[in-house]
Amino acid sequence: MSIATVMTKTSPLDVLQRWLPKLVLAPSMLVVLVGFYGYILWTLVLSFTNSSFMPSYKWVGLQQYMRLMDNDRWWVASQNLLVFGGLFIGISLVIGVFLAVLLDQRIRREGFIRTIYLYPMALSMIVTGTAWKWLLNPGLGLDKMLRDWGWEGFRLDWLVDQDRVIYCLVIAAVWQASGFVMALFLAGLRSVDQSIIRAAQVDGAGLPTIYLRIVLPSLRPVFFSAVMILAHIAIKSFDLVAAMTAGGPGYSSDLPAMFMYSFTFSRGQMGIGSASAMLMLAAILTLLVPYLYSELRGKRHE
Amino acid sequence: MNAITRLATAVSLASLFPFAALAADSKGTVEVVHWWTSGGEAAAVKVLRDLVEKDGFTWKDGAVAGGAGSAAMTVLKTRVVSGNPPGAAQIKGPDLQEWGALDLLAPLDEVAQANDWDGLLSKTVAKTMQYDGHYVAVPVNIHRVNWLWINPQVFEKAGIDKAPTTLDELYAAGDKLKAAGFIPLAHGGQPWQDSTVFEGLVLSIMGAEGFHKAFVENDEATLTSAQMTEVFTALKKLSTYMDDNRAGRDWNLATAEVIDGKAGMQIMGDWAKSEWTAAGKVAGKDYQCVPMPGTAGSYTYNIDSMAMFKLKNEGDIAAQHALARIALEPEFQYVFNENKGSIPVRSDLDMSKFDSCAQASMKDFQEADKNGKLEPSMAHSMATNLAVQGAIFDVVTNFMSEKNADPSKAGAQIYAAIKAAQ
Repeated sequence: MSIATVMTKTSPLDVLQRWLPKLVLAPSMLVVLVGFYGYILWTLVLSFTNSSFMPSYKWVGLQQYMRLMDNDRWWVASQNLLVFGGLFIGISLVIGVFLAVLLDQRIRREGFIRTIYLYPMALSMIVTGTAWKWLLNPGLGLDKMLRDWGWEGFRLDWLVDQDRVIYCLVIAAVWQASGFVMALFLAGLRSVDQSIIRAAQVDGAGLPTIYLRIVLPSLRPVFFSAVMILAHIAIKSFDLVAAMTAGGPGYSSDLPAMFMYSFTFSRGQMGIGSASAMLMLAAILTLLVPYLYSELRGKRHE
Repeated sequence: MNAITRLATAVSLASLFPFAALAADSKGTVEVVHWWTSGGEAAAVKVLRDLVEKDGFTWKDGAVAGGAGSAAMTVLKTRVVSGNPPGAAQIKGPDLQEWGALDLLAPLDEVAQANDWDGLLSKTVAKTMQYDGHYVAVPVNIHRVNWLWINPQVFEKAGIDKAPTTLDELYAAGDKLKAAGFIPLAHGGQPWQDSTVFEGLVLSIMGAEGFHKAFVENDEATLTSAQMTEVFTALKKLSTYMDDNRAGRDWNLATAEVIDGKAGMQIMGDWAKSEWTAAGKVAGKDYQCVPMPGTAGSYTYNIDSMAMFKLKNEGDIAAQHALARIALEPEFQYVFNENKGSIPVRSDLDMSKFDSCAQASMKDFQEADKNGKLEPSMAHSMATNLAVQGAIFDVVTNFMSEKNADPSKAGAQIYAAIKAAQ
């Protein structure tokens, strides 16, 4: 059969139909490959070079990483991330689970209440940060209000105290994210088979025991997802700090993402900035890889 | 030919048309990447744009707001890396040398000679604009950084009869203001503002020579000297005159506190004047500008400039040259500097149009230039590259916010940080 006959047999429309899905997917695939993985690779390469305010390709080995290790500000940022991430994830989980369990009691107006708690998630971190900056500012926020109302001894100056400013970030972030955790767990709770709960009730178990011993342990996957999502919010947290404290007072509320931005883009130290970006990626991967591993292996067993 | 190929041909042919239409357009285009985006600045840039367009060139505006220029710098770097530099960009100080070293900047000697830049500009300014002996940028203004802004009404209420000229007088005024219930020194706790106060103290205590050694030469002996300990002790003392809620406050909000009579003074460059002017206040009457105490006769400058990138198109190069020429012409220099609060870069202009602060600034500039007391501001990226500046900022701002910081160690910390950043 000649090529010409094949051409006449398959109409252009058929060809288009066969290629259309691939064509439509190709641009986004390309964008992800180049814009995401390509630039991760580029950042990795830059972190081994002496790039300053422009990229350069003079290889310096691990020198940028050593400089990073010597940098006080990087350690402040890393410690802050540990404190911020730990408290943020922990408190959000506790509050979120608690709210979800309360809402799970088939109360009236559940939809309305759920929306109230979920609503902060609809705000961007910039808005959250700005609002909490005003609320926590000793000169015009809660501090001033309570003192104007006559509580003279009240002092809430964490935002301008370099040892406590990190807790202000935690407060704002928890306010934003705990409603989301609640929604995640509520969905999980709803999927728990009611007959298990009834069986436990028949056996004489109280409500706390049912939740702590039976329901919540069965929600392990939800728990993992929540931790994963919160952890990556914590690690890439930038807008919240930028809006709320800009890293200050001094650089006491700096987080690695802020550090990376400031060194790469404002200070013309692209090498160090890239090295810090790679360490952040490594931090996310150490969380992500075990999670994916356990998830995927679990799937295969089913 | 199948449908896909036909489609592709049609699309690629269609996409050629806009380029063809553009090519025959104007005498040449100059694209300017800048961050003069606030009210007065934008108005001033519009004047420059109108002047360039009057000469028949096309102005393509590349204003990028945000991050005190770091957003614009990111755009600029991206464009240069992708081989598509703009005609001109707002680049200043030692950064010009770094861009020049990459062989990206176009020499402007032709324009400079035709318009006698050597005669118009101070030698110090001219040198800043040159890379390897060639002009690569055109300066647009001179800001003085070592100013102290005073609200005389507040001073009167606190019973202070004259503006402080020494640090001791500054402390005395601060004590009186505090006793009268005012914030003595308005300030915003941002790294560059902390460093603006810090470099003012360095100039006051160590003089122009010490300032030069510390910030331009990064000399170890100077940075770790006893005088530097004195500077940091003074910085700690000054911070007791600032209010506790200053963290993260923008400079213009601090200026507003002085304007509103809540605070008595502010240490800030002369861009602060634009806030006073916007509030309808008159220099010399409603507010006073005096040199930072102990720095009379010295002058720390912050000069904005536009660097020109190497281009291929003849028309666009002509547009660049026109921009460089117009930027130094009196018409633009008057409007721009009146809006910015700075002084013109050329020395032959009639200063009677300007207010008393600008006149004083011009007089002090020329005097300091003659006496070798003209120094580049570290806090405003004129003395060092951004990496070294950032290292100094980190130490200073951390010192300011730490309650029990040791003044005698801070100097050595700065030196170590500079070494690590280089």
